[in-house]
Amino acid sequence: MNPVNYLYLAALLFSIGATGVLIRRNAIVVFMCIELMLNACNLAFVAFSRMHGNLDGQIIAFFTMVVAAAEVVVGLAIIVSLFRSRHSASVDDASLMKL
Amino acid sequence: MENLIALLVAAPLLGAVVLLCGGRRLDRTGHWLGTLFALGSFVVGVVLFMDMLGRDADDRAMHQHLFSWIPVGGFQADVAFQLDQLSMTFVLLITGVGSLIHIYSIGYMEHDERRRRFFGYLNLFLAAMLILVIADNYLLLYVGWEGVGLASYLLIGFWQHKPSAATAAKKAFLVNRVGDMGLSIAIMLMFTTFGTFAFGDVLAATGETSEGKLTAIGLMLLLAACGKSAQVPLQSWLGDAMEGPTPVSALIHAATMVTAGVYLITRSGAIFNGAPDAQLAVVIVGAVTLLFGAIVGCAKDDIKKALAGSTMSQIGYMILAAGLGPIGYAFAIMHLVTHGFFKAGLFLGAGSVMHGMNDEVDMRKYGGLRKYMPVTFATFGLGYLAIIGFPGLSGFWSKDKIIEAAFAYDDGIRGWIFGGVALLGAGITAFYMTRVMLMTFFGEKRWQPDAEGHEPHPHESPKSMTIPMIVLAFGSVFAGGLFSLNESFVHWLEPVTSFEHPHPVISVPAITASTVVVLLIGVAIAWFMYGKRPVPVTAPRGSVLTRAARRDLLQDDFNHVVLVRGGEHLTRSLVYVDHTLVDGVVNGTAAGVGGLSGRLRKLQNGYARSYAVSMLGGTAVLVAATLLMRAV
Amino acid sequence: MSFPLLTLTAAVPALGAIATAAVPAAKRTAAKWLALFFSLVTLALAVVVGIRFNTGSGADRYQLTESHSWIADFGVRYELGVDGIGVALIGLTALLIPFIIVAGWHDADPQETGNTRWRPTQGFFALILMVEAMVILSFEATDVFLFYILFEAMLIPMYFLIGGFGDRAHAGSDENAAAQRSYAAVKFLLYNLVGGLIMLAAVIGLYVVAGTFSLSEIAEMRAAGELEMATNTERLLFLGFFFAFAVKAPLWPLHTWLPNAMGEATAPVAVLITAVVDKVGTFAMLRYCLQLFPNASEWATPVVLVLALISIVYGALLAVGQRDIKRLVAYASISHFGFIIMGIFAMTSQGQSGATLYMVNHGISTAALMLVAGFLISRRGSRLIADYGGVQKVAPVLAGTFLIGSLATLSLPGLAPFVSEFLVLVGTFARYPVIGIIATFGIVLGALYSLVLYQRTMTGPVKLEVAKMPDLKLRELLVVGPLIVLLVFLGVYPKPVTELVDPAVKHTLSDVKQHDPEPEVAAK
Repeated sequence: MNPVNYLYLAALLFSIGATGVLIRRNAIVVFMCIELMLNACNLAFVAFSRMHGNLDGQIIAFFTMVVAAAEVVVGLAIIVSLFRSRHSASVDDASLMKL
Repeated sequence: MENLIALLVAAPLLGAVVLLCGGRRLDRTGHWLGTLFALGSFVVGVVLFMDMLGRDADDRAMHQHLFSWIPVGGFQADVAFQLDQLSMTFVLLITGVGSLIHIYSIGYMEHDERRRRFFGYLNLFLAAMLILVIADNYLLLYVGWEGVGLASYLLIGFWQHKPSAATAAKKAFLVNRVGDMGLSIAIMLMFTTFGTFAFGDVLAATGETSEGKLTAIGLMLLLAACGKSAQVPLQSWLGDAMEGPTPVSALIHAATMVTAGVYLITRSGAIFNGAPDAQLAVVIVGAVTLLFGAIVGCAKDDIKKALAGSTMSQIGYMILAAGLGPIGYAFAIMHLVTHGFFKAGLFLGAGSVMHGMNDEVDMRKYGGLRKYMPVTFATFGLGYLAIIGFPGLSGFWSKDKIIEAAFAYDDGIRGWIFGGVALLGAGITAFYMTRVMLMTFFGEKRWQPDAEGHEPHPHESPKSMTIPMIVLAFGSVFAGGLFSLNESFVHWLEPVTSFEHPHPVISVPAITASTVVVLLIGVAIAWFMYGKRPVPVTAPRGSVLTRAARRDLLQDDFNHVVLVRGGEHLTRSLVYVDHTLVDGVVNGTAAGVGGLSGRLRKLQNGYARSYAVSMLGGTAVLVAATLLMRAV
Repeated sequence: MSFPLLTLTAAVPALGAIATAAVPAAKRTAAKWLALFFSLVTLALAVVVGIRFNTGSGADRYQLTESHSWIADFGVRYELGVDGIGVALIGLTALLIPFIIVAGWHDADPQETGNTRWRPTQGFFALILMVEAMVILSFEATDVFLFYILFEAMLIPMYFLIGGFGDRAHAGSDENAAAQRSYAAVKFLLYNLVGGLIMLAAVIGLYVVAGTFSLSEIAEMRAAGELEMATNTERLLFLGFFFAFAVKAPLWPLHTWLPNAMGEATAPVAVLITAVVDKVGTFAMLRYCLQLFPNASEWATPVVLVLALISIVYGALLAVGQRDIKRLVAYASISHFGFIIMGIFAMTSQGQSGATLYMVNHGISTAALMLVAGFLISRRGSRLIADYGGVQKVAPVLAGTFLIGSLATLSLPGLAPFVSEFLVLVGTFARYPVIGIIATFGIVLGALYSLVLYQRTMTGPVKLEVAKMPDLKLRELLVVGPLIVLLVFLGVYPKPVTELVDPAVKHTLSDVKQHDPEPEVAAK
């Protein structure tokens, strides 16, 4: 199969993720969309790795996963504490830099 | 002997410092101290005079260099004094009359709680006036020039609690400042032309520059003289200056300070001799003021203001004479000295009358005072005869010479015009002075109780006041004759001012005769108007000319409308402009920046999604730009 | 390595500031005496500087120099040195600060006594000493970058002095006054920051062109003909510097911050602004604009002279129209700064010596007038002229000193400002007669606003509110008396200052390649 198709898929996934970040209000969904965008990037990296015939892309994909994992931990913690104080997970409610 | 010159100034200056800084401790002795310092200065003056008389006519000028004042590059101003015959004349007049007026003030100001300060100011005046006449360069003269202006300001406004006095003082200072501007510019012109402004150097070098420069300098000096000597067009302050205590009017606004302009022009004779146009301007100013002052003097009912008009007019004579050149300088100074005697005497007499009349100044409320104040009447009367030029008295000798010199101006039509004006002025002088005399001392008594029911009790003044008046009366009678013996005064001044005999367009005896005739006509008219008929207590409406003359020929109204009102509008609109326009531009910029940032702030709405959009948009733009750059 | 006298002169007030700030809250009075002590030590050091300074004909231009490497990468050095102009202005600064401190003795006392940790007094005096240190150092700096830093840094303490310690005499509510005060402080800061920013650009530009910040190196390069500066570059750099100095000086039309700042600040701080800090602007014109960009200075002269002339007349006319005593003095100062700038750009030795002398004399005369005005205002609690009348009768000594201050402001001969004003006028007239003559009108206008102020406040019938007004106290007399003595002394014998200034002015004139115009008739 032509590796370019993987790139098309990555672009599609990234677009879906970006759209989700922009239009959804629920913080959890926004968060999942961000993960989607990250994974779209990972897909693209792996595809590029394949196309160029070296391992650089795969290595960066690992880095991305590590960053994503760290981000999930911090992000979820923030969302949970926000939800506790406001009883809502809407991103629009948190428009001020205070609780 | 030269080292004594500084002492002339130092004595009254020390007096001023001691009296003004001494505080209340000196309240009881202050007036004696002040008088002592003035007398001390007079004694030094006399000693120097004796010394001067003992030397040859050409060797009489003395110099004293104290220290270098402002040395900057080519600009070298020194504090140095020069005492020659001209300065000596002034020194004796200033310290002599000044001392008499100090003595007079002891009595006159007896009940004033601020008497000590009054004497301090008087001493300050003496010091400044002496600096003015013995300075050896124009810049130091300027110090004295403004110094007397300051003293005059302080003394006119001495009764500061009266708003009219405070306003008059301010007005005098401001009008004088306009004149001072002329003096500053003249000094600057001298500096750029001659590189110096010391009398000796400038006056010796006048031949080396163009007539245009000399005319410019001369006109600027004339402006200065106009301010200080209350000549048209800067005369308006003198009438108001009568708000000051009467001894001040006598000393400063009659005998000494207001004659400083005459001194300035005479001292700068070499400049004027080289600039006939400037001389003509001087003569015109003198002639116009001579008539102006005389006309104003005819209409005033306030005795001091009538005398002020007269002062203006008499100084007009002196300025006229000084503008005539070497034929007039000596007579200008001679008239200045005799005028110093009789006008100071007249003012002191007026003060004595006011002293006895509860400070009433309206002559319509006097009348018949000769019985109550015999000494005042006699001295005032002698002063009166002197000022109208009664043959044999001081004024006759000096004024007649000026009229002669005026007739000799330029041998032609100018001689006739200015001679005629001078002659006419003599007649008007006789008229208004007779009017003053008749309204004050003759006729029926017209005084009434004032608002609180106090009836004035006219009485003769104390000895401290009458003695100075008597001394001045002697001067009014004999000084002129003494000076004219063998033309002694003219020869005394000749080394400084140079002298040429005037050659009038008509013969001298004819002039003298017509002067006497004009004088008699003036007296006669006044007698018919004020002696024969009773004087109404409230002033009649009078003709248009009378009404204008009462208002100083509308000059003050003009000033008020054009300068005061105009100035107020100007400053007010400028304040507005500063606030709205100049500041407005700045505040507008600030508001613009503020408004813009207010708009920009709205982008920072706190919604994570809108930030995400801008991030995405930014990324898209960056990617597009990168691709575009690569494509190109 | 010689003794670092100049550094010490600036370091003493800086140390004093720190020491004063560290005094505990309860020991307010100790802080005042400490500040006074340090300012007097500074004055003593300034006198030593004056004595050590050699005015002989063969003496160096900059003396008592110090030089250390500072930021080596950019060629920025810590270079100090003084010429006669610098010595005169250091003397003025060191002289005025003790008077300012004594005059402001009670201005920063805390109004409520409850809060024991609140230390406004310490802050007030520490800030004043801080300003003094920076101003003195800026007069000593011979490195452009060092000067720039000080020029900007002195804004910080000044901002707090204006915004934090307002005049307690104000119309309207406290909040209103606070709003006006912060408006004035922000306006002061913004104006000067904008000027400073433009100057920073010019400073960097100068480095690009010359490759150094050192005045002496630039002078050497110019003398050797190695300094290549295109005409337009020079003009732009000149404008950058001049703009900053014209804001600080202040020159019309950049003047509007001054009346606000002087009106809202306490009288001593107002004196600090106009008599001390603003002098850095005129000083810098004389030293930096003329010395670094002689050709551009000549090019700009006509415009600068006209602006100065406008300042003279405009400032005086606005002073006449003011209803607030302190704003009146502020506008009068604008007029006087016009004279100073005119004297500098007249490019004659009389003009520039006169301008320097004017800086000193204006400092003293404004201090005298403004401080007395401050004493007056503190008694009645109002700055409006219309609220006074007849003070002369109840407080004659106060009125007398006020009169002398007014007379100094109108340049009466015999008092110091006359000498400088006349020199400026003569210097200008020698080269530009028309401008000189128009400027002479300034002396009439000066008399007008001074005497109007005196007449309206001091003469006339005694107003009820001032009837119980006490006369000057001993502390206040100690402030005003010496200033008046100085005014008289420098009016009668200005020679010590002119001798100090003369060599520096000659150097500056040779920088701009100008000679005094010769008189028409050669002297014998």
